[in-house]
Amino acid sequence: MNFEDYKGIWVYIEEQEGVIAPVSLELLGAGRQLADKRGVELAGVLIGNRVKHLSQTVFEYGADTVYVYDDPIFEHYRTEPYMYALLDCCQKHKPEVILYGATPTGKDLASAVATDLPTGLTADTTMLDIEEDTGLLLASRPAFGGNIMATILCKKYRPQMATVRPKVMKALKREPGRTGKVVEERIWLREEDVRTKVLEIVRETTKKVRIDEADIVVAGGKGLESKEGFQLIHQLADVLGGAVGASRDVVEAGWIDHHHQVGQTGVTVTPKIYFAIGISGAIQHLVGMQNSGLIIAINKDPHAPIFQACHYGIVGDAFEIVPLLIEHFKQALAHLNEAAVTEEEVRHA
Amino acid sequence: MLHVVACIKQVPDTKVIKMNPKTNTMDRASAPAILNPYDAHAVEEAVRLKKRYGGTVSVLTMGPPPAVKAIKKCIELGADEGYMISDRAFAGADTLATSYALTKALNKIATIKPIDLIICGKMTIDGDTGQVGPGIARRLDIPPLTSVKKIVEINKEQGYAIVHRKLEDGYEVVQSTLPCLFAVEKEINEVSFAPLPNMIKAARYQPHIWSVNDLEDVDRKQLGLKGSPTIVAKVWAPPKPEGGKLLEGIPEEQVKQLIGIVLEKKELFQGKGGVQ
Ligand SMILES: Cc1cc2nc3c(=O)[nH]c(=O)nc-3n(C[C@H](O)[C@H](O)[C@H](O)COP(=O)(O)OP(=O)(O)OC[C@H]3O[C@@H](n4cnc5c(N)ncnc54)[C@H](O)[C@@H]3O)c2cc1C
Ligand SMILES: Cc1cc2nc3c(=O)[nH]c(=O)nc-3n(C[C@H](O)[C@H](O)[C@H](O)COP(=O)(O)OP(=O)(O)OC[C@H]3O[C@@H](n4cnc5c(N)ncnc54)[C@H](O)[C@@H]3O)c2cc1C
Repeated sequence: MNFEDYKGIWVYIEEQEGVIAPVSLELLGAGRQLADKRGVELAGVLIGNRVKHLSQTVFEYGADTVYVYDDPIFEHYRTEPYMYALLDCCQKHKPEVILYGATPTGKDLASAVATDLPTGLTADTTMLDIEEDTGLLLASRPAFGGNIMATILCKKYRPQMATVRPKVMKALKREPGRTGKVVEERIWLREEDVRTKVLEIVRETTKKVRIDEADIVVAGGKGLESKEGFQLIHQLADVLGGAVGASRDVVEAGWIDHHHQVGQTGVTVTPKIYFAIGISGAIQHLVGMQNSGLIIAINKDPHAPIFQACHYGIVGDAFEIVPLLIEHFKQALAHLNEAAVTEEEVRHA
Repeated sequence: MLHVVACIKQVPDTKVIKMNPKTNTMDRASAPAILNPYDAHAVEEAVRLKKRYGGTVSVLTMGPPPAVKAIKKCIELGADEGYMISDRAFAGADTLATSYALTKALNKIATIKPIDLIICGKMTIDGDTGQVGPGIARRLDIPPLTSVKKIVEINKEQGYAIVHRKLEDGYEVVQSTLPCLFAVEKEINEVSFAPLPNMIKAARYQPHIWSVNDLEDVDRKQLGLKGSPTIVAKVWAPPKPEGGKLLEGIPEEQVKQLIGIVLEKKELFQGKGGVQ
């Protein structure tokens, strides 16, 4: 294998119904840094049906080139057609690195592509760097349930591949009008050759704020004692207009649905404010929320590890503190909004 | 009659694992070895399919000799046969080399009894990559279906399966040709308690144990550490967070201080809460 032939950093652009997954934009930001360090191009690989127009967004978030596979066969994500497209693209254009979001789709696709190439694939990366001269990708990831971090290398194969956790890399600020080169590609695959068929898609959209998009997350743990006790978390979240988060133990106890679980095996969140109430602060929980803007912990045990990970803490009983918080926040927010209303009225007058 | 093979792995229980603070390594001896919890769901689902359609459930693992215990656990859960590949040549395998070795073992199992379906867990709790299942499917050139949360139908006569695949905001109904491979979500089932006769059977059960020499067409260069493109170069403890400021005073005062701090981010609250 001649490493010189492999050039450029690629990001697989995950798309669903005309919308690019946020993690792909985050990876373009991370990919841009790697590409600049190496002095190579950053490219996005876009696969889907009627997706060509999305190239513009990919350029505006930092790519120099977009490889597009636009065909009805890619209407729904299916491993085989998507994999053949990426394999085709790799064979033609030989990248040195490919990054995928560590989403169910990204992981599925990356695992299949890595096996067929074959090459190494680092899973669930949370830190990325590259050696300027050798181009060796340094991908670090939590392992053993977050108890340790491991730095993983792929020295002897190209491309080097990694799936990267959503929300840990930062997207660049969008640069409207920034453009690049669109390369249209095709694979010759007939629908009859694909062994899986999507018969139906059932969306179960919840009206509630999605916790990975919320500015404020109020999360509760086993310290709330019961499903009834956990209602306090819902109440505080309602008052603050935030989303409800939970530790894994709470989800396992059946007090709330898995969608609300924050952490290693749940969702990674980066709200502006994170409340951890009655949560001990196990490492697997911390990895899911430690990049939040302002972390506030309430726990009755002064030695709870969460106090090491928060910005401000209250040592106290949740059943005493949270009702007080609800009451005082209600008052304070009423004031704040009255003030806002009058300011507005003044401006209008 | 279906032949379903569940792939299973023995793992250290990461819940109770202790780290050596000096060397930043895991004290593996501190953690009991258990059947990977996600794989218990894979086996449970295979056993449920057997009850529904009739057939045989085999389990396959690659691991060191003590992993026999994980196989016995699967027999308790209702599996019929257990296969283990165990050899120093497999040691240090990453997911690419793991899926290679497991595929060779699956080929051998298939000569004993053709395989209709392979079921893996979503991931393990130690390596937790979730890459082995799709890897096996690619190597066998059968469709990989990850994120499976419900099996609607398996139709062996007509050669298809229909499942629900979990999506971020719902699920999709997918039809696939058989044979294929499922990686199943935890929510697919509740793992049942082992009935007494199974426990007795498990206690006496001796799995089939194969070394690398028992497998056909093996390219040794693709096994173990040698066959692994990824290298764990460095293992380190995640950085310890700084620690925050604890508020003081009686609860009322603490709460007021906290609200003052939070409301500095005024823009987040405008137009929210308070006013009913
Ligand atoms: C592989 C693996 C993956 C995992 N993934 C996740 C994950 O994604 N997310 C996750 O959260 N966990 C995860 N865990 C579990 C994690 O290790 C912890 O077990 C879990 O986070 C603990 O939840 P908890 O803090 O709610 O409960 P506990 O650890 O029981 O803590 C409860 C806390 O509440 C406090 N408390 C009790 N009563 C009160 C009161 N009246 N007022 C105030 N405080 C009170 C206690 O002092 C204690 O600190 C994972 C574990 C493993 C092994
Ligand atoms: C710290 C650390 C980090 C690692 N990071 C990576 C990495 O980023 N990329 C990489 O390629 N490898 C990595 N590895 C190696 C990886 O853990 C091993 O290859 C492991 O044997 C298989 O991966 P897994 O445990 O993640 O399995 P997963 O892919 O998470 O397992 C999915 C399913 O495959 C089946 N399965 C997995 N292993 C076996 C087995 N031995 N026998 C039978 N069935 C099995 C089970 O059904 C399981 O539920 C890492 C190892 C360590 C120690």
